[in-house]
Amino acid sequence: MAKLKINGIDLEVERGTSVLEAARFLGIPIPTLCHDDGLTPYGACRLCVVEVGSANGNGRTKMLSACTLPAEDGLIVQTHSAKVEKARRLLLEMYVATCPQSKTIQDLASKYGMRQERLAPKHDNCIQCGLCVRMCEEQMMAGAIGFAGRGAKRRVSRPFDMTSSLCRQCGACMYICPVCELRCHGASAESTLCNGCLNFATVCMQSYDDAMCFLDPCHACEIGGPLRSDVPVKLSAVKSAAQEK
Amino acid sequence: MPKLESILDLEQFRDVCLKDRDAQKPCLTVCAGSGCTASGAHDVIAGLKKNLEKLGLADKIDVKSTGCHGFCEKGPVMIVWPDGVFYNRVTSRDAAAIVASATNGRKPVEKLLYQDPQTGERVLHENDVPFYARQQRVLFGNNGRIDPRQIEDYLRVGGYKALAKVLGNKTPGEDIVEEIKKSGLRGRGGAGFPTGVKWAALRANPATPKYIICNADEGDPGAFMDRSLLEGNPHSIIEGMIIGAYALGATIGYVYVRAEYPLAVEHLRVALRQAEEFGLLGQNIFGTGFNFRIKVVQGAGAFVCGEETALIASIEGRVGEPTPRPPFPVQRGLWGKPTIINNVKTWASVPQIINRGAGWYASIGTERSKGTMVFSLVGKINNTGLVEVPMGITLREMIYIIGGGIPKGKELKAVQIGGPSGGCIPASLIDLPIDYEELTKAGSMMGSGGMVVMDETTCMVDVARYFMEFLEEESCGKCFPCREGTQRLREILERICAGKGKEEDLEVLTDLAWVMKETSLCGLGQTAANPVLTTLRYFKDEYLAHIREHRCPAKVCKELIVYSIEPTVCDGCHACVAVCATDAILGEKKKSHQIDSGKCIKCGACLEVCQPKAVLVS
Repeated sequence: MAKLKINGIDLEVERGTSVLEAARFLGIPIPTLCHDDGLTPYGACRLCVVEVGSANGNGRTKMLSACTLPAEDGLIVQTHSAKVEKARRLLLEMYVATCPQSKTIQDLASKYGMRQERLAPKHDNCIQCGLCVRMCEEQMMAGAIGFAGRGAKRRVSRPFDMTSSLCRQCGACMYICPVCELRCHGASAESTLCNGCLNFATVCMQSYDDAMCFLDPCHACEIGGPLRSDVPVKLSAVKSAAQEK
Repeated sequence: MPKLESILDLEQFRDVCLKDRDAQKPCLTVCAGSGCTASGAHDVIAGLKKNLEKLGLADKIDVKSTGCHGFCEKGPVMIVWPDGVFYNRVTSRDAAAIVASATNGRKPVEKLLYQDPQTGERVLHENDVPFYARQQRVLFGNNGRIDPRQIEDYLRVGGYKALAKVLGNKTPGEDIVEEIKKSGLRGRGGAGFPTGVKWAALRANPATPKYIICNADEGDPGAFMDRSLLEGNPHSIIEGMIIGAYALGATIGYVYVRAEYPLAVEHLRVALRQAEEFGLLGQNIFGTGFNFRIKVVQGAGAFVCGEETALIASIEGRVGEPTPRPPFPVQRGLWGKPTIINNVKTWASVPQIINRGAGWYASIGTERSKGTMVFSLVGKINNTGLVEVPMGITLREMIYIIGGGIPKGKELKAVQIGGPSGGCIPASLIDLPIDYEELTKAGSMMGSGGMVVMDETTCMVDVARYFMEFLEEESCGKCFPCREGTQRLREILERICAGKGKEEDLEVLTDLAWVMKETSLCGLGQTAANPVLTTLRYFKDEYLAHIREHRCPAKVCKELIVYSIEPTVCDGCHACVAVCATDAILGEKKKSHQIDSGKCIKCGACLEVCQPKAVLVS
């Protein structure tokens, strides 16, 4: 067992537990974008950073991602210090600018007090949280998608940019995607924010890409490929499909 | 050569090597490091050999190609032993004169001796040249003496003595670790973590097997010290690694070196093969029951692979992307096993510490930064090259004495230390002692030792933009703040350079830099904003001049400058017309010229050739 302190609360958890899990056990919310309970921690979105010190650390602290930090004896964790809050606000400002349509990101931004946007919107959509890649490999045992490229050119892709024979078109990648989930849940009248299939010709990765939204015909929207830029969007078809639901 | 079965064998073989070669036999050692090779060292070597053969002296005088001597500015350089006469700027045409002087009374060739730029005096020996005089070459000292392809040469200068010492005395591992701790050696890769502490943490980990790795993934622009050490003295690194493996209980070591360093890889491979043949690597080394092997892994040149967790991923065959620490490699590293990763220079320091003692090493340097540090001194400086100095030397000494000052009498503006994610130290801090703490305090870092000198013609906003461009390209893209932050910073800096910046941008720059520093996954992202932060801290007025006055004080940012010709000064020599790539200069010969600003691409070629200084930049 490991004894640690989170926001002043003493806690004993099993070894191997992450600080994120420990905090959630206490009911302390920590925002994440790249974490899912069934997948290996990745530590890429950095939203879950917490301020970590130790009893003999002379008050020195480090900012570490809670999802990848194993709970250890003597850790002193602050999940909502001023520094953490500032980091989250700034990260969310960057996230909103990168991916303005995502309801998940908008909700987080609103919840964590992001009140100004100083960066130009980019409409990148994909935030490269890697959830789809891990989902495909670890839960669906397919490994049909992965990352390609480096830095600004890094993207989710398929081997040689062709549909992999490993892909079973299960749709798990869409299910878990935090930035296009609304869109991929289908065109529903209640969702006022995204309605991607109604409003946008582009989806997850700028253009329609088989890796992210490959169902043809699209199961979620129940019509054949409305999101492809080469197929004109038939609004009437989408709307009637939604009404039938 | 039969395998050396014991330490006695080694010492006997060393004696044979020493007797083999008469110390008084003349030897012409020519630097064949990357810099001198580029300036024609191999022609010099061929010329020397040809001349010796012509005179039938091929067996009386040796010619040796060695690793980098450091003084790249004056390359090709060479030393004539046994007198130690130092020649610079040698060409193949000088070969006959050099051979003649080596045979006839050893009178040095006057015109090839180093000439002091101030006094005009000729200097005979390497150590009297100001560039070398202030250096303390602990790691690079032997580069000028040994042929990196000959293990015998390394043995002649006392190589593998440290290994013989620890294996012969059966020094317990913890004593070696203790010695390294006492020496105060800190990681030479940049972060400066105490090596002994790291080693002790590995020893404390009961899991086996243990791995050791030599990090030779040197990716900073303008840095070539790891390369030169691998090229010039690979056995010193191998010896350090064997001692490390013995102290730490490792059986396999890796050298992770970039594929862009073919000569380093070749020399390393030759050295490893020799060490294996001699029984310095392999099973039951010197009959002590200690087994150790070293494998070479070539990296594909991603800057981020110098980060230790990314490096491990790359060795394992995965994409070179970092993973969060903890767990640290000493806890869970290569193949999930405890692993030590040290820089090339750290490993090469180990035999020196064992040989001469921790006390000796700790006596060099400052209170918290011990030993020597190797810098690659480049940029707007008279003496470019590799410099090994004791820690704590001031920037002033480094630039004005070793570096010989700024060319063309220009003013020093800033020094960029620590590679692309280091920081710019302004000229006002010229008396700053160079050690880990002082550099960090000034907003920069030691890094692996890149030192780029900038003069008054450098625009600091443009410098920050350049480094962000590099880091944007080299960020692996895994974690959001680094991937997105480098892009955003570069975009904002480009805007400022184009005169389209707003004053609010400075606040955004600061905020983005802060969040990158605090939340990025690995060292690359955490330090990536340093160039922006330090230029903002020391050169804010330049940023403001770009933003408020739409003016680039250094006259670098192309969108903010206009080239023109002063008609009263122009003598119509036509030199500028000849060099202009876009035919933007109009005017007849002997009459004053004009620049067509529509065609002008602001390359500055006319400015350089104009004798009467009629070209104006405003």
